[in-house]
Amino acid sequence: MTTPLAVVGYYEPWWIQIIKAIVIFAVGLQLVPVVLLAERKLLGRFQSRYGPNRVGPYGALQPLADILKLLTKEQFRPSTSIGFLFAVAPIISILTAVAAFAIIPFGNVQHIFGTRVGLYGIDVSIGPLYVFAFGGVAFYGIMLGGWSSGSKYSFLGAMRGAAQLISYEVSQGLALVGVIFTAQTLSLTGIVEAQKGMWYIVPQFFGFLIFLTASFAETNRAPFDLTEADAELVGGYNTEYGGGRFASYYFAEYLNVLVVSGIVTTVFLGGWLLPFGIHPPGWVDPIIVLFKMSLITFLFIWVRATLPRLRYDQLMSFGWKVLLPLATLNALVTAILVVATH
Amino acid sequence: MPDSSQPTTPQPAASAAASATGLTVTAWSPGEDVIEVQRTPAPGAARGTWRTFRETVRGLMTTFGRFRETPVTVQYPEEKTPVYPRFRGRHKLHRFEDSDGVGSGLEKCVGCSLCAAACPADCIRVVAAENTPENRVSAGERYAAVYEINLSRCIFCGYCEIACPFDAITMGHDYEMSDYDRSDLIFTKEMLLAEPLERTPLRNEGE
Repeated sequence: MTTPLAVVGYYEPWWIQIIKAIVIFAVGLQLVPVVLLAERKLLGRFQSRYGPNRVGPYGALQPLADILKLLTKEQFRPSTSIGFLFAVAPIISILTAVAAFAIIPFGNVQHIFGTRVGLYGIDVSIGPLYVFAFGGVAFYGIMLGGWSSGSKYSFLGAMRGAAQLISYEVSQGLALVGVIFTAQTLSLTGIVEAQKGMWYIVPQFFGFLIFLTASFAETNRAPFDLTEADAELVGGYNTEYGGGRFASYYFAEYLNVLVVSGIVTTVFLGGWLLPFGIHPPGWVDPIIVLFKMSLITFLFIWVRATLPRLRYDQLMSFGWKVLLPLATLNALVTAILVVATH
Repeated sequence: MPDSSQPTTPQPAASAAASATGLTVTAWSPGEDVIEVQRTPAPGAARGTWRTFRETVRGLMTTFGRFRETPVTVQYPEEKTPVYPRFRGRHKLHRFEDSDGVGSGLEKCVGCSLCAAACPADCIRVVAAENTPENRVSAGERYAAVYEINLSRCIFCGYCEIACPFDAITMGHDYEMSDYDRSDLIFTKEMLLAEPLERTPLRNEGE
């Protein structure tokens, strides 16, 4: 008998799974243009200006205009690039981001059309590991993109990205270990259910801060956007990309922000749970999750508007000398407390 | 060691060296102008982390303060920044008004070409012609048969309006003069005489 890699909590009928996939694709991925617009509008407001406000009412059609512009552009590649990898790299980026989006739970198991449907892509017994696995593969999207471009800026950006992702993934994982100790489960729905009494942001506040900081680095966003570092690397790993391929990278970046917001919501902010013992009907759950996700996304944009980019040695020393010891200490103290109280 | 970390005030050592040569050169001593920067000692790991965190939160509050403000952007094509009364925009040629008493409707320009002579960019072309009793265009002996300003060359210095003895040409307030063709930027006498579109708001006194 072979040991299964992961135990899936609950299987729906196959047709429900297909419908779920379509709904996640239709609703979940439509959030990306919203985040895109929100980022530009909010960045504007943080700098005392209006963001885009010319295309459509209040600039609402700006993402559509952006994407149309990118998709109608000519596909080109440098003569020094490696054709196959150059084309595949953005696809890896977007694929891993979408795959990681699948396990974010938007609600508990609901009764819809007489069947039980979980409001998530899939509920696996290795939730956080699944996210980290795809986060690790996502690094290939950046690395191969930078490598195959045949450009020094792309290459430097990719090299930075590689070092940065490896450094901060450790802290990110260790920050979650505390939560997993406390919840005694790796299933994301299980972690949410374990927060019935108190959201983990309270007992695991340091874990929350460490995870959030590491997530900024994992999603290559300011102040850790050294992979892109427009001022010194032109555009980093995506310097040589244009048109639809660039759009894929762009899309993956914002989808990663959403995924991280979803993970933070699930793990630290109690997912679909409301405080003070309020139990709304089941259909409200996704709205609660989306609201909490939007708060975290707002924080992402807020931080981007505030902090300047780190220098490379600061990034490395912060990751290894500050964040990693703190994350280890957090996991250690949590482990001792969990053992002591059981 | 707190003593060694204190910044020392620069001493005027150069004056002593200068007096030895007999010249009375006194070096500038910063004296009161020196500002001592009180630096806290470099923090350790724990305090440094705390300080970074605190400063980050302070920065976040600063940007949030901006977020709550109303944007200061001027929505240009719809709203325009008002110009000052002496703003030098597109030129205007003038006629005598009814209030001037004499020669109402006649052009003020007498075709003397002083504006063209004063123009450092050489963008004004004037061809004068004689007024006749049948065809009286200006108040003087002659009038400008051709008056062209090439606005693609004009540097808006205003020398033409200073040179003009009859205040026939003045600088208006219009600055929206972009065009698709260079030849469209050569303004003829009719265009300069015509009442310009009131497109530019004027700044009020003390605004």
